[in-house]
Amino acid sequence: MVNLIWVMMAVIGIVFAAVNGTMDEVNKAVFESAKEAVTISIGMISILVFWLGLMAIAERAGLLDKAARLFMPLVRRLFPEVPLGHPALGYIVSNMVANMFGLGNAATPMGIKAMEQLKKLNGGRDEASRSMVTFLAINTSSITLIPATVISIRMTYGSAAPGEIIGTTIVASTISTIGAVLIDRYYYWKRMRKGRKP
Amino acid sequence: MAIVQLLSVWLIPALIAFILLYGTAKKVPTYEAFVEGGKEGIEIAFSLIPYLVGMLVSVAIFRASGALDAMMEVIKPLADAIGLPAEIVPLAALRTISGTAALGMTTDLIATYGPDSFIGRLASTIQGSTETTLYVLTVYFGAVGVKKMGDALKVGILADILSFIVSVFIVLFVFGR
Repeated sequence: MVNLIWVMMAVIGIVFAAVNGTMDEVNKAVFESAKEAVTISIGMISILVFWLGLMAIAERAGLLDKAARLFMPLVRRLFPEVPLGHPALGYIVSNMVANMFGLGNAATPMGIKAMEQLKKLNGGRDEASRSMVTFLAINTSSITLIPATVISIRMTYGSAAPGEIIGTTIVASTISTIGAVLIDRYYYWKRMRKGRKP
Repeated sequence: MAIVQLLSVWLIPALIAFILLYGTAKKVPTYEAFVEGGKEGIEIAFSLIPYLVGMLVSVAIFRASGALDAMMEVIKPLADAIGLPAEIVPLAALRTISGTAALGMTTDLIATYGPDSFIGRLASTIQGSTETTLYVLTVYFGAVGVKKMGDALKVGILADILSFIVSVFIVLFVFGR
């Protein structure tokens, strides 16, 4: 699916540029975006190093286990294949908490660590496991408590009540997270019916 | 508002202090643990490069050629038909593909129509309640080397569409048009 989208975007774009005479812009965009991608990756080093360093302390001190235990009843139900006390659960919980507070930068490294653990649980295969798909579904619909970036934009443009969208954001993201889990479960159920491995 | 601002300023430093103090209390060799954990960050960032280059270039070709704009032209009459402001549709489509591009568009919509307009509030809510699915897929699966994504993309995109629809209804319900 990703292969298809990836190729289609590029090929349709090139054909479109040929017809529309925008090949110049496409040429420029290719090299600029490639450069931008490297810049983003390199730029992530600072944040990744800092948060992963800090999280290593939290992990060794047993903080992640504590957080995981707090959310365990909920997370256990969402990830039934992950054994109790597995480090993956701690990372999943930390990622969810960081996302809730709009700490996207803190959430990403922990999400990556969670995926690493889930991959180990899946025998190191390069195929997404059921838990990985669930984790991704929760992430893309992420529950948000404080949309800090949006509030700051609204303040910049002189909103009478910059924070008034916090309520709608919480409700919208909570409903969509529940929906995402249901969609995830539906596809899992379909896979099981087909008799394929989960 | 003051509380929210206070919270967003204090949250990260407070978390740092808490983890450092807690680690010290638990007799963790804090600095060594930090350095050890941080090393992984460098590896992850470098392993991300090919995944991000591949995806961003493809998106850039699609956008620079004008194909994205053309796609929006097709969608606009449909949006009008169901009573959705057509201005918001490109944001919904872009949100799944590129986070920075979507944030740019949200800023543009808020600047053009005002933060307290229907479009402004809707754009704010959509930006706050959805994630960049393609980015999350690329980064999370890319970093650990998962190549077969299974149903992940389908589930992610459907979740995005749901977030969008829910946002429209909630904003209409709370603020009206």
